[in-house]
Amino acid sequence: MEYFVQQLINGITLGSIYGLIAIGYTMVYGIVGMINFAHGDIFMVGSFVSLIAITALGLTASTGLGLTILALILVLIFAMLIASVYGWTVERIAYRPLRGSFRLAPLITAIGMSIVLQNFVQIAQGARVKPLQPIIQDGYTIMRRVDDQGEFLVQISNMQIFIIVLTTLLMVVFSLIIARTPLGRAQRACEQDRKMAALSGINVDRTISLTFVMGAALAAVAGLMFLLYYGVIDFFIGFVAGVKAFTAAVLGGIGSLPGAMLGGMVIGLIETFWSAYFSIEYKDVAAFAMLALVLIFLPQGLLGKPEVEKV
Amino acid sequence: MAGDALLEVEHLTMRFGGLTAVDDLSFVARRGEITALIGPNGAGKTTVFNCLTGFYKPTVGRITMHHETGDTFLLERMPDFQIPREAKVARTFQNIRLFGGMTVLENLMVAQHNPLMRASGFTFGGVLGIGGYRAAEREAVELAEYWLDKAGLMARADDAAGDLPYGDQRRLEIARAMCTGPKLLCLDEPAAGLNPRESEELNRLLLFIRKERDVGILLIEHDMSVVMGISDHIVVLDYGAKIADGTPEQIRNDPKVIAAYLGVEDEEVEEVEHEIEETAAAAGGEGTA
Amino acid sequence: MASAASPASARRPAKLAADLGVTALLSLAIFGTMVGLRTETIPGGLELQPQWTSALALAAVAVVGRLVLHLTVWSRPEGAPPLLPMGVRARVEQAATGTGKVFGPALLVFALLLPFLPFTDRYILDLSILVLTYVMLGWGLNIVVGLAGLLDLGYVAFYAVGAYSYALLAMHFGWSFWLCLPLAGILAAFWGIILGFPVLRLRGDYLAIVTLAFGEIIRIVLLNWYWFTGGPDGISGIPRPSFFGIPFDRGEGGFADTFGLDFSSMHRIIFLYFLILALALLTNFVTMRLRRLPIGRAWEALREDEIACRSLGLNTTSVKLTAFATGAMFGGFAGAFFATRQGFISPESFTFIESALILAIVVLGGMGSQIGVVIASVALIGGFEVFREAEDFRMLIFGVAMVLIMIWRPRGLIATREPSIFLREKKSVSGALVAQGEGH
Ligand SMILES: Nc1ncnc2c1ncn2[C@@H]1O[C@H](COP(=O)(O)OP(=O)(O)OP(=O)(O)O)[C@@H](O)[C@H]1O
Ligand SMILES: [Mg+2]
Repeated sequence: MEYFVQQLINGITLGSIYGLIAIGYTMVYGIVGMINFAHGDIFMVGSFVSLIAITALGLTASTGLGLTILALILVLIFAMLIASVYGWTVERIAYRPLRGSFRLAPLITAIGMSIVLQNFVQIAQGARVKPLQPIIQDGYTIMRRVDDQGEFLVQISNMQIFIIVLTTLLMVVFSLIIARTPLGRAQRACEQDRKMAALSGINVDRTISLTFVMGAALAAVAGLMFLLYYGVIDFFIGFVAGVKAFTAAVLGGIGSLPGAMLGGMVIGLIETFWSAYFSIEYKDVAAFAMLALVLIFLPQGLLGKPEVEKV
Repeated sequence: MAGDALLEVEHLTMRFGGLTAVDDLSFVARRGEITALIGPNGAGKTTVFNCLTGFYKPTVGRITMHHETGDTFLLERMPDFQIPREAKVARTFQNIRLFGGMTVLENLMVAQHNPLMRASGFTFGGVLGIGGYRAAEREAVELAEYWLDKAGLMARADDAAGDLPYGDQRRLEIARAMCTGPKLLCLDEPAAGLNPRESEELNRLLLFIRKERDVGILLIEHDMSVVMGISDHIVVLDYGAKIADGTPEQIRNDPKVIAAYLGVEDEEVEEVEHEIEETAAAAGGEGTA
Repeated sequence: MASAASPASARRPAKLAADLGVTALLSLAIFGTMVGLRTETIPGGLELQPQWTSALALAAVAVVGRLVLHLTVWSRPEGAPPLLPMGVRARVEQAATGTGKVFGPALLVFALLLPFLPFTDRYILDLSILVLTYVMLGWGLNIVVGLAGLLDLGYVAFYAVGAYSYALLAMHFGWSFWLCLPLAGILAAFWGIILGFPVLRLRGDYLAIVTLAFGEIIRIVLLNWYWFTGGPDGISGIPRPSFFGIPFDRGEGGFADTFGLDFSSMHRIIFLYFLILALALLTNFVTMRLRRLPIGRAWEALREDEIACRSLGLNTTSVKLTAFATGAMFGGFAGAFFATRQGFISPESFTFIESALILAIVVLGGMGSQIGVVIASVALIGGFEVFREAEDFRMLIFGVAMVLIMIWRPRGLIATREPSIFLREKKSVSGALVAQGEGH
């Protein structure tokens, strides 16, 4: 029981990270109908930028609590900003010239961009993994049991609290942006019918660009979380995380923000529980198999609208 | 034999969520006759076609195909691709669906996929060059030529289907459907967007198909000159329900149809509006009951 | 990079300056962080090594590059003749149609003679074998993506199945290459059907992602099923091919001895070269043949319009499955060849990047075009070799090239389609009319 609760907490933490990345996939797919294959690498870039910023600020575990929080906020903003520039530039260079072109063309440029970003970071920052000393330490013991087999603890670390709280906060903010602001309305209009949106005076190009920017900013947050949580990153983390996040987006129902978050949670939980109870080697297999199963039996995903084939 | 029931539709109902697109529709289409299915926009005509050809599974109802051999097929139970293959129902689409990147001839060859597949020994014989595939292919090309000729497309046989003018595309889609060897041909607004001359050519093609090939035709059409000119029998839909069923003469004089569809004289407007409300209310009442 | 949408903007100095300013800012943000501040691991943590010159240089290149683009490509008035007046564009187009008839056979003759040409050395032959392997994989995937319009991002899985099937069969049962080769193909096709059956109902992009996932699953299984596949260590000592039973050994009974030649290690390479050439040609021959059979036409019809296919009585599930299985089979053949050529295989050879490379070959070549696949393979694999010196940079260059070529020719190098049958005159179909599957 304690073990289960502990895994639940770990799974939700991981799911938060996947969910944040998945939002970028889902928003872009909703608007332009393409798989932004480079999105996972934007996440990786965000992670590296965070690492650079943390190193530049000289942040360590011994920094005082107030200063740590302040510094992390700065790092977060910086990483979101730089990742947004990356996201915007990628869209501008590789996708916009192909808008309205054939479906496979942007997919290929997206794969190309993914290769470019990975190798760019590899060359610029080196191929070896980058370790980061833990910055946020300690935590709370929320359950404790002692019996003849020993002591069982359920702990939630400050790190996990940070991730879950920040994710919740961002979800609220972004839902408000989508629901309440003109940008959100423009996005929904473009999603429905891009031509009509353009005719009714919406700047479609700008809306799409901003969608990429928003996705990239969220991916950067996920990147920072990943860095702090795992403590090691390399130039290749974007691929697997990206595929899983896309899986999460599809699982939740592509185009749906809450769906992306839910999908992220499901993938995070499956992965964690599978590792905990079965075998850690096959955790990715479990996640991907889940994707296949959902798509086959519930093609619209958990929260997506069912699609009727119009003849 | 002309005149036998070819297609029997009984109590067909199709709901999309809260919307009843087809409401307890029953009618019969006969062999060697042209049956027109008419009604205002959104009346549910295309939905009926989609139920007939297996693209939608009807909520309620039975659709039976009768072959002259005595075989019957319950279309609502068959997967879509078996309907043209076994029950011999072919169709065209309201928004033309040709294989645009393939040539006109190739379009007609694809329509003969199933017999050719058998002749090619399910590909194995064909790859090795054994079996009677060559002869079968020649026959298929001959059939294609036959229909190209009838559709007046002979000169364009080697052009990409997507390159043809609109009217030619319409006729090509019909020719393609005919290449499957159907006993019932369902045409969804074949005259839409045609100029009078093309419309005339189309009429001739349809009359030929009916007379020479003994194929029953089910026709959705808005163009009244086509409908009145060539159909033997007309079924009128409004809000998914059948409001009239009869010969062109009867339909022309049916007040309900005039009200719902054919347009009305100025002084009758009020009276007819009242009538429409009643009809709609009645239809709505039945739908929810 | 702000307002490239209107080329006229370049002619207004103020706007141009603003545009370049934005470019400068953005590229500083991009390069200033990632290149300008390199993190290095030091005892006890990380430190930053500033590399401002590189960062500034890169940013300057970006700004100048954009200025040049503004002054040349983007500043030409609307409707001006294209930069390469009918030049490259038309010539590529011709390669597809008119000269294509000569080009293909000429290429074939060249391929047959290559091992005997005076300048051919081991390096060139090895490289050619590699190119031919990708040509074969490209042709195999072309059936799935180019003809049937099914987007498969996990093609490498079948390559892996073929390679492992061959390696395991040959090692455990000691069966000969010629027995294992068809078995490897059949097993790959079998896996194609198993994987394809549940997923082929999915729409295009979903299919893409599920095939990608399957590709990864197979790789992870190969990586972790230690006792069967050797895990990350892979399988080594895979039997090398023999000349129909005669090994390429030095001494008694070897190939050189049997045919009275002086022993040379080139014999095996030449044999491998002809082996892959034959396999690739077989793939091509079968594909060309299938295109003219009902099954091939059904694949292309499926790519054009699935709903119309169903209305004509085509069982689209089985049409898709046959495409998937046929493509997988050729992937399996190629895998078996790969295993026997390398003598060693490990999951590392079957990563997603391989699938991406093969897909890129198909799409860059021009979907469905057989000769396009050859050109793209030579260009990509050959180009890859050209940048061999720049070890670290070549993947980067590869990625950039992929993006640029796609923007330059979104339909691929050879965009026209040859009809599979004609009545009087064979007319190529313009690429703009050909669909890419899933109603797009
Ligand atoms: N797949 C679907 N999902 C939901 N509603 C549908 C679907 N297909 C049709 N409808 C609805 O059913 C009703 C009937 O549509 P249908 O296309 O059958 O009309 P129609 O008579 O063919 O009209 P038109 O003359 O304009 O072609 C319409 O209100 C339409 O919106
Ligand atoms: Mg309709």
